[in-house]
Amino acid sequence: MTIDLKTIKHISKLSRISVDDEKAKKLAGDMNSIFDFIEKLKELDTDNVEPLTSVAETTLKLRVDEVKSGNIREQVLKNSPDENEDFFVVPRVVE
Amino acid sequence: MTKDSSEYLIERYNNVYEVVIGLEVHAQVTSNSKLFSSSSTTFGAEPNTQVSLVDAAFPGMLPVINEYCVKQAIKTGIGLKAQINKRSVFDRKNYFYADLPQGYQISQFKFPIVGEGTVILDMENGPKEVGIERLHLEQDAGKSIHDMDPQNTLVDLNRSGVALMEIVSKPDMRTPDEVSAYVKKLRSIMRYLGTCDGNMQEGSLRADVNISVRIKGSDALGTRCEIKNVNSIKFMQMAIDYEANRQVDLIEEGKTIDQETRLFDTKKNETRSMRSKEDAHDYRYFPDPDLLPLEVTDEFIEKLKLDIPELPDEKKKRFIDKFKVSPYEATILVSDIDTAKYFEEVVAKMGKNLDIKLAVNWITGELFAVLNNKNLEISESPISAKNLAKLINLIKNGTISGKIAKTIFELMMDGDKDPQIIVEEKGLKQESDPKALETLIDKIINDNREKAIEYKQGKEKLFGFFVGQAMKASSGKANPQLINEILKKKL
Amino acid sequence: MSDITSLTLTDLVKNIKDKKISSEETTKAFINRGEKSRELNAYITEDFTNALEKAKIFDQKPNFDLKLPGVPMAVKDLFCTNGVKTTAGSKILNNFIPPYESTVTQNIWNEGAILLGKLNCDEFAMGSSNETSFFGNVQSPIDKDLVPGGSSGGSASALAANLTPITIGTDTGGSIRQPASFTGTVGLKPTYGSCSRYGIVAFASSLDQAGPMSKNVKDCALLQEIISTYDEKDSTSIDFKRNAYSKELTNNIKGKKIGIPKEYTVDGMPKEIEDLWTKGIEYAKDCGAEIVEISLPHTNYALPAYYIVAPAEASSNLARYDGVKYGFRSKGENLIDMYEKTRSEGFGEEVQRRIMIGTYVLSSGYYDAYYIKAQKVRKLIKNDFDEAYKKVDAILTPSTPSAAFKIGEKTNDPVSMYLNDIFTVPVNLAGLPAISIPAGVDAKGYPLGLQIIGKAFDEQNILNIAYAMEEKIEFKNKITDWWIK
Repeated sequence: MTIDLKTIKHISKLSRISVDDEKAKKLAGDMNSIFDFIEKLKELDTDNVEPLTSVAETTLKLRVDEVKSGNIREQVLKNSPDENEDFFVVPRVVE
Repeated sequence: MTKDSSEYLIERYNNVYEVVIGLEVHAQVTSNSKLFSSSSTTFGAEPNTQVSLVDAAFPGMLPVINEYCVKQAIKTGIGLKAQINKRSVFDRKNYFYADLPQGYQISQFKFPIVGEGTVILDMENGPKEVGIERLHLEQDAGKSIHDMDPQNTLVDLNRSGVALMEIVSKPDMRTPDEVSAYVKKLRSIMRYLGTCDGNMQEGSLRADVNISVRIKGSDALGTRCEIKNVNSIKFMQMAIDYEANRQVDLIEEGKTIDQETRLFDTKKNETRSMRSKEDAHDYRYFPDPDLLPLEVTDEFIEKLKLDIPELPDEKKKRFIDKFKVSPYEATILVSDIDTAKYFEEVVAKMGKNLDIKLAVNWITGELFAVLNNKNLEISESPISAKNLAKLINLIKNGTISGKIAKTIFELMMDGDKDPQIIVEEKGLKQESDPKALETLIDKIINDNREKAIEYKQGKEKLFGFFVGQAMKASSGKANPQLINEILKKKL
Repeated sequence: MSDITSLTLTDLVKNIKDKKISSEETTKAFINRGEKSRELNAYITEDFTNALEKAKIFDQKPNFDLKLPGVPMAVKDLFCTNGVKTTAGSKILNNFIPPYESTVTQNIWNEGAILLGKLNCDEFAMGSSNETSFFGNVQSPIDKDLVPGGSSGGSASALAANLTPITIGTDTGGSIRQPASFTGTVGLKPTYGSCSRYGIVAFASSLDQAGPMSKNVKDCALLQEIISTYDEKDSTSIDFKRNAYSKELTNNIKGKKIGIPKEYTVDGMPKEIEDLWTKGIEYAKDCGAEIVEISLPHTNYALPAYYIVAPAEASSNLARYDGVKYGFRSKGENLIDMYEKTRSEGFGEEVQRRIMIGTYVLSSGYYDAYYIKAQKVRKLIKNDFDEAYKKVDAILTPSTPSAAFKIGEKTNDPVSMYLNDIFTVPVNLAGLPAISIPAGVDAKGYPLGLQIIGKAFDEQNILNIAYAMEEKIEFKNKITDWWIK
């Protein structure tokens, strides 16, 4: 299997990482060698195997419906790259 | 082809099209705190004051699920007569957006908490069943504000992480009226259950509308378009009307319909394609590794079933059986839980004088008119059920006439006044003493001798004149039934 | 008394409790050595002034009932520390100051320890040599231009160089055990769910575990006892009965059955690793353990499965670094442009590569072929271990297929870099505990480690085996202080 430049561009769009042609070429090379290595999995017959998503053999614990956090706007916004004290700010989005 | 009035069909030349509609309703779960964090869900707070470090997706912050939201979803599932799945899984739906701080929404994709169910719509021409495909829990996103700053979009994360139930219907609806009835019924069921307040102005209930058209009689489904995030029933109906006609026009012109996401512009009353979401459709769902599968026991579900109140369909049946109200009246009385509560309280307070017809008439007549006028919910009614019951009882036991009752009703609105007190204060008690009325009538006959003779000679219409005179002389307080009897005797 | 900084944690605590040394003296000693050792580049953020202040405060009102009374220590920069910059080795978090503390570090401070600073690591813990850090390579104290391993490279280097008496790292595919092995130190990856992940910058949520790194097994047991707590803030934290690991530590492992998996021999593995393993088996026998040959048939598939699962989770976990809420932001003409520039300039090459791999394997059309396939293989790997543990109490393997390599030696070949984790990755996929202990050196004198893998929640058992073997091995790390002028 080969991952072509078009695929790389598509994945980079999905990942929101800009990729120029040179970077795309390098990435395609790296990814192809990594996927060559990954392809080894195809040897295995896994038809009757249940996929394992978590090794934690426990059930999901449920939290009591209580308000315990609030009014920490200053803390929440302090690390934001913009100075606005009430909102997060991003370049204007046109719908 | 015949066409009955309940159908919604679009005709072009010789083709008759029907519309196929399915809804994805997003209902905000009524809870104190968010689905995976402990911040408040209260509506209308200052921007970004109800945001925890989890909601703002700080590094290393983890989701912990709210038990109450799980219960609310299961209760809603029970209300929709749906399959409750004892094991469900939370997945991540990955996409980037300014108001989605994690870069993914935690939702349920493959294994929702609730499976198939049904909702019965009370349509004019009989009940109509709409299938429920599934109900799943997911996080709401924050809010992007585009009109406060000319250069930037501002983001308020107060809503970020609030629990939503996404209720997906089967494509079973065919008319805008059915859509309206469906949304109202869902809202009604959830309000009965207390699982969603159904407040559409505050965005607690909104829907994505899936629409396709096809030649009537055909079984195949046409290409559908999804109209995103419509937040009022009126707009849903307008959007369907516009979109269905747009699709029919395309077909008639020999063009193809693109399966796409569209937006309803409420100002222009049209739908339009949302800025082509080139890659937005690859959400790369996968099970959220920060959460384990959600497992609930039979016992847990059974316990919740004990909490389920009488729902609108059952209540309607009981009202018809027990109170002998018409199906139409029953539908009105049960449609909103607060109306049903009000009605039942009036009935209870009326006691031995119970007159269902009178109670229904007063509630759906006078009271509804006032509420409509003042734009109030029945829960905010200026007249309590207790006092309305008293008023009806005063009519019923002959203390006041129906006409006077209307005057008293007006007066009651000022601070939910007790009608008994109003009657006493204003001396509005009905005159039912036969002797007093006889004296009064004797005088009237005396004063109008000529008319009395004309009546006796056969001019029966004049009877009304004498009743009017008697009422006038008693300032409306005379018992009309007695007046009738005495007049007949004396004349 | 020998130099304070070369003491084990256990001895240091004893000296402080016996009032032979104060917290201030101790802290000063580590600060001094830290300042002289900047060439190692072990620290990303030094918090020396605050540390000294806290030590003075501790000495004014010392509480010797605590397990780490006034003990200064540095931690991997993947743990969020309240008010202290936390970068995860990335430019994208270059200026990030968390207003919260990770549960694991909080547990440590609750026992009286004092933060010295934040240690270098591979960017978002993605790497095996600490060469992907935005803040530069870390030198191993073992030799100049040698990698300390990764991703907890700064932690391993600082520990081996006596810049901290003990430390914590995180291990997603070997990030504690491999650097421990490379630097002649001890490193434990606990059972998944043993230590809370709350407040740790996430790499791959279903694999990440924090764990102790120390100079000997006893210190390791003590720190594990402190950091392992059930935490309601982490839905994958497991509420099981935790031992008092250091108190219950014993070198009596007579009759314990130790499995030797025949699949842990790879092509091209240096003979010295094979020899080390054979020697390890002998040590275990000397301790009274019974050696049993076992099979873990799907071992060879672990690494490919890992390179699907870990990047997939990472691609999603790292979506939050978008320039909106915190961290680095690049100017963009519109929202998408801002995202793309921020992430392309803010993440390094390896992180971008893994995000791309992860995005690819989750994307429509590939999800079943890769992601689901990998999860199935993960199940098979776990089944292998379950099967083996019907016969044995623990499993002994080499920690790594080679000793430490030179900086730059493997940076252009991602796959050969990934192969470093071949013996450690299966353990993460199965969620098991495993400890690496130094067991010998290669021809160049570079340390080599042995890995003891336990059953889930059986940390006590592998600590005991490690403790018993440590006594027999008598490993001494040779550090020449070559970087101190």
